[in-house]
Amino acid sequence: MSHLDGNALAGVLSEVFTFDPTLARARCANCYSVDVLARAMVYVDGSAFVVRCASCDAVLATVMDGDGRRWVSLKGVSAIEIPR
Amino acid sequence: MSGPADTAWRVGSVSRISKETPSAARIVLDVDGWPGNDAGQHLDIRLTAPDGYTATRSYSIASAGPGMVVDLAVDKLPDGEVSPFLVDDVMAGDKLEVHGPLGGWFVWRPDAASSPVQLIGGGSGVVPLIAMLRSHHDTADATPFRLLYSLRTPEDTFFPEVLKDADVDYVYTRRAPDGWPTPAGRLTKDVLAASVFAAAEKPRVFLCGSTGFVETVAAWLVELGHDPRMIRTERFGGT
Repeated sequence: MSHLDGNALAGVLSEVFTFDPTLARARCANCYSVDVLARAMVYVDGSAFVVRCASCDAVLATVMDGDGRRWVSLKGVSAIEIPR
Repeated sequence: MSGPADTAWRVGSVSRISKETPSAARIVLDVDGWPGNDAGQHLDIRLTAPDGYTATRSYSIASAGPGMVVDLAVDKLPDGEVSPFLVDDVMAGDKLEVHGPLGGWFVWRPDAASSPVQLIGGGSGVVPLIAMLRSHHDTADATPFRLLYSLRTPEDTFFPEVLKDADVDYVYTRRAPDGWPTPAGRLTKDVLAASVFAAAEKPRVFLCGSTGFVETVAAWLVELGHDPRMIRTERFGGT
């Protein structure tokens, strides 16, 4: 499966957050690298998004739709810096 | 003009649809309440089947600036869920659910900065770059702009009326126009080096195309001395 990048998260995550998620800088909990979410790698499978660190490939976040709900995990993100 | 607060699901009415290339359609939408958009942004289109099944896909916007008219160019993916409907079935007057404008990262704003802007597009990856060229032209921005455009054949050219006024290097991968000085073939690192602003000029690079194209070209740019922080990429998947 070919991957996309964090630009593809703008739609699905703008319904979750009040800021543009692609401009948020996230710190990877695995390798501690910090970058905007737009630069992350995104694997899409149906209505599920798996977001991986562009530096170490660890899973940063997952987003999944189903049954009229949306699940968001930020398990691999230790901090987010949001433009204000 | 395009903060996340303006982002919402809206109804877009198809005001015009026309054949852009043998596999792509140009779709002009009137979107009620659209707040305008920056060059390079995209929108999501959601189709809902009678049984409630939905499919959402992202499409780059080929227009920029204020106003409620949005230009798209959609390439048909043969096994796609959304693009065949948009290219083959949509008619003027149809209504589509659209979400946007989206994405503040792969964006160029008129700024007359001293560093030049290098655009690199593969196939339909040129669409957001078209918006940047239009914005650059319409605002009479003085920033030096160049586009490197990799496409299969001359008939696959998107928005030729925008490109004719721009500084464009074409790479034809399958068939070149008659009399073209070089045979058709994939972009190479040497052609890339000869066709873009040199690293010493510190260009900002916007690179959009299939995932393979973007990753190959981005790696070459870094090998040619470009600062990775100056390279902004957008992948649309595919091969």
